[in-house]
Amino acid sequence: MTVPGSIAAPADGRGGAPILLTEALTVRFGGLTALNSVSLAVRRGEIRAIIGPNGAGKSTFFNCVTGVLRPTSGRIVFEGEDIAGLPPHRISRKALARSYQITNILPGATVLENVRIAAQSRHHSWSLLRHYRAYTDVLDRARAILDAVGLRDAEDGLAANLSHGAQRNLEIGIALATEPTLLCLDEPTAGMSVTETRATVELIRRIAKDLTILIVEHDMEVVMDLARTITVLHYGEVLAEGTPAEIQANARVQEVYLKT
Amino acid sequence: MTVPIPIEQILVQTVNGIVSGMILALVASGLTLIFGIMDVVNFAHGELVMLGAFVGATTLASTGSFWLAFVTAALVIALFGAVLQASTLRPLLGRDPLTTILATFGISLVLQKYALWQWGPSARKIQEPITGQFHLFYLEYPWYRVATAIFAAAIIGALWLFLRRGKYGIWIRAATQDRIMASAMGIPVPLVHTLVFAIGAGMAAASGVLFGPLGGVTQTMGFDFTLRAFIVVVVGGMGNLGGSILASIFVSLLEAYASLVVSPAQAVIASFVALILTLLFRPTGLFVPTPK
Amino acid sequence: MLALENVHTYYGKSHILHGVSIEVGRGEVVGLLGRNGVGKSTTLKTTMGLVRPAEGRVVFEGKDLAGLAPHKVAHVGIAYVPEDRRIFRLLSVLENLRTGLERPGLSAERRQALLEKVYASFPVLRERRNQAGGTLSGGEQQMLAIARAMMLEPKIILLDEPTEGLMPRMVSQIREIIAILHREGVAILLVEQNVPLTLEVSSRVYIMEKGQVRHHAPAAELRGNHAVIHQYLGV
Repeated sequence: MTVPGSIAAPADGRGGAPILLTEALTVRFGGLTALNSVSLAVRRGEIRAIIGPNGAGKSTFFNCVTGVLRPTSGRIVFEGEDIAGLPPHRISRKALARSYQITNILPGATVLENVRIAAQSRHHSWSLLRHYRAYTDVLDRARAILDAVGLRDAEDGLAANLSHGAQRNLEIGIALATEPTLLCLDEPTAGMSVTETRATVELIRRIAKDLTILIVEHDMEVVMDLARTITVLHYGEVLAEGTPAEIQANARVQEVYLKT
Repeated sequence: MTVPIPIEQILVQTVNGIVSGMILALVASGLTLIFGIMDVVNFAHGELVMLGAFVGATTLASTGSFWLAFVTAALVIALFGAVLQASTLRPLLGRDPLTTILATFGISLVLQKYALWQWGPSARKIQEPITGQFHLFYLEYPWYRVATAIFAAAIIGALWLFLRRGKYGIWIRAATQDRIMASAMGIPVPLVHTLVFAIGAGMAAASGVLFGPLGGVTQTMGFDFTLRAFIVVVVGGMGNLGGSILASIFVSLLEAYASLVVSPAQAVIASFVALILTLLFRPTGLFVPTPK
Repeated sequence: MLALENVHTYYGKSHILHGVSIEVGRGEVVGLLGRNGVGKSTTLKTTMGLVRPAEGRVVFEGKDLAGLAPHKVAHVGIAYVPEDRRIFRLLSVLENLRTGLERPGLSAERRQALLEKVYASFPVLRERRNQAGGTLSGGEQQMLAIARAMMLEPKIILLDEPTEGLMPRMVSQIREIIAILHREGVAILLVEQNVPLTLEVSSRVYIMEKGQVRHHAPAAELRGNHAVIHQYLGV
């Protein structure tokens, strides 16, 4: 039974160093402290959710980890390497991928093309011959990813013609195509209907088998359903950490959410 | 080996610079107001100056009164501006900025050709209402130039007062700062946009009539005004009224001093240098407090 | 008096409101609760005409507000106090208030009377009346935003999270202001995440989740019903 707030080794044997670690991560915007000394560790293979009321610092934390924002102080260590302050494209090369809230897909390209382009970025070759030979491999890989996100049937359609839910799933597919070991999802079910949300939850559960996933979400059902561990942020600090059951039983967390 | 420039020439150019600066300020303040409130980059603004000059010339020719010509031109072009904005620019609100740039550019071409059709290819003349000169150092300096600067300053002062007091001033300033919230407060934002465009057009026309005696009235005169007004608006800070006035004088003085060493036609290079330096080092505008 | 009927609103392709129906009676204070991102603000924005619904209607005093521009919605008697206050930072406090006073048919005496009334309820605004709006503190800006809406003499005020980011002392001031408005017969549609305040001031409460109204009850009933509150608002 893990004690809330501690970072004990998981019981399933996937021990070792955490895949992502932040130490005293702090972000200040002028006089405003958005993140105050946030330290957490994400275990390899888990689904970690970051939740918190309005203004808690979830987006700021997310943006720091994915390289969009430079922290004021503190460390971010991914796979043993310091990544704080690195630009997003460098972080992506290190196998940390993210999905975006405002969809980042290429609307004028086909669904398959969208994923293929992302997949190709991993196998860049200057040799034309080798590049051509690798092409079929990349296409196969892209198709496998479309299978995983449930969009294989739509592969030849334009990405712009997909429904909102399908577009967000395509987002996830594009992120997957860069072969990450850590996938960061930014409110993956925002703007989706209940049905679409359920489908996305299933999708995430499927792909989580070979990945570590960090997810920021507002939808409590999604969070409680998917996450192994939840970190609750409040006014830029870690308020509590634990399994879904532990967080739900945590009176202080309830207080903060209900403002009682 | 530079030739020393006599101090009198520098002082005369200072006066010239201020005079041109004030006329330019009339044009630029309209342009910056329009941009500030509705994000429209009005490439046809110089053509409004040109049309104002033509209407002024025509009215002067038939009535003989400069002041009647001045007022008529300002009112007619203000009205024209309102109709133009309501019919062609209002439907484009909220679209990609490139759309309005193309639209106003197209309008400028149409207006130039219209002027050609309406008034023929020959230039017009506007007689200055105040003849006579006074002794300024080694020169006989026309009173008219000084009167123009004072008059332009008076118009700008009136504009400033209008914006600071009164119902429409508040409407305009509120809609410039936050179009959506202004609308939620019951301010009829589309109407305010048309009003501001009309004011900008009227001021442009006014400067066209004032400029007439100094530079003549031709169909192509608009382009130089548009060009300089844009430089001034960027250097002064887009949407910043005070900045555009200061920048007008600043840029005009630069050009005036530059024409002491090169020909006046080449002196416009000084304005471009100011523009480039502003964009490189203080892109939000030279006369704008540093953004934090 | 105000009714949203099966409203669907999108931001681009993102389907935010999935058939929202809400009613507010004359002079009523109605609460709208829900976690972040469920569509509470979007509901208010749709009512105010800042965003057009793809389906459904917004009806006010029997009239369909379809396609009405926000300034016309303000004229029929609906005022909006947004989540980030959005006061005009470069206008003085007085000028901010005047944006609501420059209405046709309002005599100078009436304007002065309205100003005096609001200064009486918010003395700090009288003190700072010539100061630029942007120099006010967060709590003062919130007062100004509400006072500004009151200048429209509206029949209903849409209040979006008025207590967000405010200190507890200011929260009780908001409570008083809501009471004052209620006494004057102004209806309020209050979007909040502060559950105790909402249950205290509202007569009825809607709870939203994922773009839909999931629960609707009199506030009195919800005050004792912790299970429902926890389900939709807790963790």
